[in-house]
Amino acid sequence: MILLVPGSYYTGLSAVLFAIGVTGVLVRRNPLVIFMSIEVMLNAANLALVAFGAQFRNADGQVLVFFVMTVAAAEVAVGLAIIVAIFRLRPRLSVDDLSAMRW
Amino acid sequence: MDFPAVSLRAILPAIVILTTAALVLLLDLLPPRERKGHLAVVSLAGVVAALLATTWLWGGESRAFRGMVVLDGYALFLDLVICYAAGLVVLLSMDYLRERGLESGEYYALVLLATVGMMLMASAGDLIVVFLSLELMSLSLYVLAGYFRARLASGEAAMKYFLLGAFATSFFLYGIALVYGSTGTTNLDRIAASASRDSLMMVGVALLLVGFGFKISAVPFHMWAPDVYVGAPTSVTALIATGSKAAAFAALIRVLVTSLRSTQPDWTVLLWGLAAATMTVGNVVAIAQSNLKRMLAYSSVAHVGYMLIGLVAGGVFGTGAVLFYLLVYTFTTAGAFGVVLLLEHAGGEGVSLADYAGRARRHPILALVLSLFLLSLIGIPPFGGFVGKFYLFGAAVRSGYIGLAVIGALNTAVASYYYLRLIVYMYMREPEGVEAVSTPSFAGGLALAVALVGIVVLGVVPTPFIDLAQAAVTPLLR
Repeated sequence: MILLVPGSYYTGLSAVLFAIGVTGVLVRRNPLVIFMSIEVMLNAANLALVAFGAQFRNADGQVLVFFVMTVAAAEVAVGLAIIVAIFRLRPRLSVDDLSAMRW
Repeated sequence: MDFPAVSLRAILPAIVILTTAALVLLLDLLPPRERKGHLAVVSLAGVVAALLATTWLWGGESRAFRGMVVLDGYALFLDLVICYAAGLVVLLSMDYLRERGLESGEYYALVLLATVGMMLMASAGDLIVVFLSLELMSLSLYVLAGYFRARLASGEAAMKYFLLGAFATSFFLYGIALVYGSTGTTNLDRIAASASRDSLMMVGVALLLVGFGFKISAVPFHMWAPDVYVGAPTSVTALIATGSKAAAFAALIRVLVTSLRSTQPDWTVLLWGLAAATMTVGNVVAIAQSNLKRMLAYSSVAHVGYMLIGLVAGGVFGTGAVLFYLLVYTFTTAGAFGVVLLLEHAGGEGVSLADYAGRARRHPILALVLSLFLLSLIGIPPFGGFVGKFYLFGAAVRSGYIGLAVIGALNTAVASYYYLRLIVYMYMREPEGVEAVSTPSFAGGLALAVALVGIVVLGVVPTPFIDLAQAAVTPLLR
């Protein structure tokens, strides 16, 4: 496989994506948006894995990416179920409202 | 094309538990539909069978799936710890769930699946397996934390655990990606062989530590722990506090000590800071708690700090002391949460310090048992907690980390304040209000008895267990 752009570009892009994801988690208050930001972070890791895999010409990275996608799907199922379960108890949802327990 | 040789021997204990989980889900669909007590018995039988399989495999070492899974003495020792944690949790869950009308097959299946994840974490030979088993454990625990659907606190616990857990997992995954970028492999042995120390590796190790730090709830990644411990069903809290911590420590030690050996000077400095902060913050904040589950949550954070001391000290003595302490900690913490669970009211109340005033008069045996667990948590002989701390601090002194040992000893003194306060409340205060005297069930009593025998045996005859722990870590350090 021929890389048309240098490998470091992919790594740089994945680092930027990861930073965007982290910022999203820290800044946003809606659990769904936080969850989407986490998905961005996972995909940043995927991009890095694929780029490194192409660089080393071995399949470890690509294999892991498939597993990550599967795990992310499972995480969506569990996460949305939890969000729906809370939504039934308390319709308007922001993580700031989830403060029954403090300290 | 050659197929990799499949050796199921290397994952036998995990297969036993996994089969039991599938069996429980099947039996759940068959009559009797109203009563689910037999499912707990089946789960318990599965855990006991896995324990037997572990002892049967004892002493051997097998690898499978091209080095993805390693079943060595280290993994077997931790399988033992994890099986005990799972068994105690199943025993404690039986009547706890029935009294709340929430007995179901999914609960036990999820507990068993989480256990499979924990066991595979202990025997992972590749970062891919570490990641997958971590997720298997975590996803099961997220659901279990929110198991009391009608209770907002339980949902809140599940949501916090899930969002922060997934956040930490993505740090962990990015760490794996960077380590892979630095070494070109995800296999733990080959990472060790590459002995890379470039900047990608350094950042990768730091991100891996963030992910692990979250799972073991080390300060400053502990913020989820108190809320999740309080909101989750107490039986699940016991599993999160014991099994998941043992599994996370298992993977952490194996990854750090074997594959990241070349960066040891770097991560030792980080862990020194983590250990000191975790002990101190855990103990100091625990003093301010009036909710018992919250107090035990901070106390478990502090105990993670003690165990990190052993990891900083390193070597056969330090790492072996961590393993021994994990065993003691599992029995003690599961037992302490077990008493709290048995004394908890059906609505989830009855866990504040004020509720425990005069408990010794109404529940003399439970109060006595809880006091013994608390004494072991402080580290008073003849209980296992004393021996565990002795070996941890001893290993630190032997490796020249005297400052850390002093911080640990001072923390133990701070900790004895809030543990003893609870004992004083139970024995020297007048009970408030009226309360029905409930008799603990057979299963709950059995769980407490097993845990109590565990801490006494580990405290009175610790030598064989110390030897086992040290023998378990020796191959890792070669």
